[in-house]
Amino acid sequence: MSTLARQTLEGWGRYSRVESDVLRSESRRDLIAAVTSNGNHPVLARGLGRAYGDAALLSGGVTLLMERLDRILEFDPETGWLKCEAGFSLDDLVRIFLPRGFFPPVVPGTRFVTLGGALASDVHGKNHHISGSWASHVRNVELLKSTGEIVFCDAENNSELFWATAGGQGLTGIILSMEVRLLPVESDAMDVTSTRVRDLEEFLGASAAHQEWPYSVGWIDGLARGKSMGRGNFIAGKHAPAGSSGKAGILSKLPRGLVSGKFLESNLLLNGLSARMFNAAYYRKQFTKRSRGTTSVYPFFFPLDAVDRWNRMYGKRGFFQYQFVVPPDPQHLALKQLLKTISESGTLPFLGVIKEFGTESHSGLSFPRPGVTVALDFANTGQNTLDLFTRLDDMVADAGGRVYLSKDARLGVEDFRRMYPEWEEWKRVRDEADPLNMFQSELGRRLGLVGEMPT
Amino acid sequence: MNVLILGATSRIAQSIAAEHAKDGDSILLAARDRDEVKTIASDIQVRHSKRVLIGDFEATDFDSHAGFIADAVEALGSIDTAYVVFGAMGEQEESQQDFSAARAVLDVNFTGAVSVSEALAAYMEERGEGTIIGISSVAGDRGRQSNYFYGAAKGGYSLYLQGLRGRLAKSGVHVMTAKLGFIDTPMTYGLKTKIPIASTEATAKALKKAAAKGKNTLYYPWFWRFVMLLIKAIPERSFKKLKI
Repeated sequence: MSTLARQTLEGWGRYSRVESDVLRSESRRDLIAAVTSNGNHPVLARGLGRAYGDAALLSGGVTLLMERLDRILEFDPETGWLKCEAGFSLDDLVRIFLPRGFFPPVVPGTRFVTLGGALASDVHGKNHHISGSWASHVRNVELLKSTGEIVFCDAENNSELFWATAGGQGLTGIILSMEVRLLPVESDAMDVTSTRVRDLEEFLGASAAHQEWPYSVGWIDGLARGKSMGRGNFIAGKHAPAGSSGKAGILSKLPRGLVSGKFLESNLLLNGLSARMFNAAYYRKQFTKRSRGTTSVYPFFFPLDAVDRWNRMYGKRGFFQYQFVVPPDPQHLALKQLLKTISESGTLPFLGVIKEFGTESHSGLSFPRPGVTVALDFANTGQNTLDLFTRLDDMVADAGGRVYLSKDARLGVEDFRRMYPEWEEWKRVRDEADPLNMFQSELGRRLGLVGEMPT
Repeated sequence: MNVLILGATSRIAQSIAAEHAKDGDSILLAARDRDEVKTIASDIQVRHSKRVLIGDFEATDFDSHAGFIADAVEALGSIDTAYVVFGAMGEQEESQQDFSAARAVLDVNFTGAVSVSEALAAYMEERGEGTIIGISSVAGDRGRQSNYFYGAAKGGYSLYLQGLRGRLAKSGVHVMTAKLGFIDTPMTYGLKTKIPIASTEATAKALKKAAAKGKNTLYYPWFWRFVMLLIKAIPERSFKKLKI
């Protein structure tokens, strides 16, 4: 038995906000009943709400919270295959399985995502150049269709449905469970090498020189212009051998919620001045040209998770994360043009992350493709912020690149279609799987991914 | 320790099971929805590396209860602690219009709970040890127009447990009445209230701890003891005019 509750739901960036009827399913039976006997309104599954924009938002329908469908169904320590319900989180996964010598095959920048969300976003991490995206590591994905029928899909069986579901933003059906193959690791520590890079060329040089390292990423100062454009820190890491131990850092030792962005909620805190100070400080944090050391997995993979609800620090107006990828180009013309446009825009980014992707592991609506990806956080300062993104969208699409839908709150349908040329094929598969158009979201409506429900 | 959890599919019951699994206790989970019980059992097995037994239990099949307890004793070896967790809130309006709905609320929350508690009491009294933890509700402390079928059933169960406690005290068997306030369950989900809602994990910890200490009646969260004192202190001539 579950009751509907009227709630205001936000994307992680807090710019996208809807009133929705929310139902928290307490059991699998509950969830199936909510879909099959729901009358005639759209539904959307929602995990931990870390999608930045409107991917996990739905108005005029029922949002189905997956948080209580978080049970582990099976684990085989011989092979590392783990079968879980879709609401199981990477946080639980790391807490339970790292002490047993296993780590998720792919992790995004936060461990507060569900397995269902990870697949619906086809998340990538610092090991994309070696391991691909989330979809490369799962099988037997259990999907609930609008008819109540349950189908299993993966790269081998029902492969077309799997293709559309991975990265499909929850619009093909409700992911009930999946199997994911965990990575055996010898310790809970990471061996890390860090290099200060003065410009984009140095970053790309460092990235090329560390191709063999399983994890690599860069912190980029999105404000640096001219010759220092692209300056920042390049970081590569690998799981440390048995017996290693890394410091977790003071923040991650405190109880969760004690250090919380909600105490710093203000529209004024993150502004142009603090953006400049933050970026300069981050660049100078790496004192020496090069350093090596051992750290815990937590600061290495999830630095921001140490501050609970850090998104509140941007205040009520919210913020955007703009993440794009542009295809490989020896001269990096588009990448340079994009960074130049951003640094000269007067709309100042805070945290920036840059990474070189490997080969494409999944197509359709999945984001990663070969090239360089950059993600930058911008406070929402109004129309000028949106205008900047519109200009960037054009440049990204012209270059044959794309923006990441799980981070997006405002992309237009025209640019979307240029960025994801397989959208039509994707929609055909989606429509076939859900002819009633029951599975909807604000993102799906905005980008024309799903039509109206028949009345 | 061997622990029996009746009504094992609620989130509170799952949290209770997890608490005992952490201590290495042997657990039998019983409820009506067998698939769901299996899911919960596998979850606890993997998380806590502890084998969990499962059983079919139907709260309103009163005649089956004695046999069920005998089977549970056989499966677990003994029952040291039993939690009676199952319950159903029902819909007050529906219960007023259709007595069969009201009766279902009474059957599950009162008659079913009493019936299986009696079977447990008989077993533990003979054995001369054991603990019964009955999950009741603050709703049973005073009848309110918005919720009186559920309230009456829970209030009745609280009185039953009180009597049973006296009867079993001389046999070395302990009975604890747990009067729960707002816990994060479907009964409170989405409730617009300033009153803090306790997590099921914290509730499970409190139940286990209070039972170990031999508490007779636990209000959880603790402040509900005082909230209910106040509510009970309101004179009836005023109370009947309140829309609560």
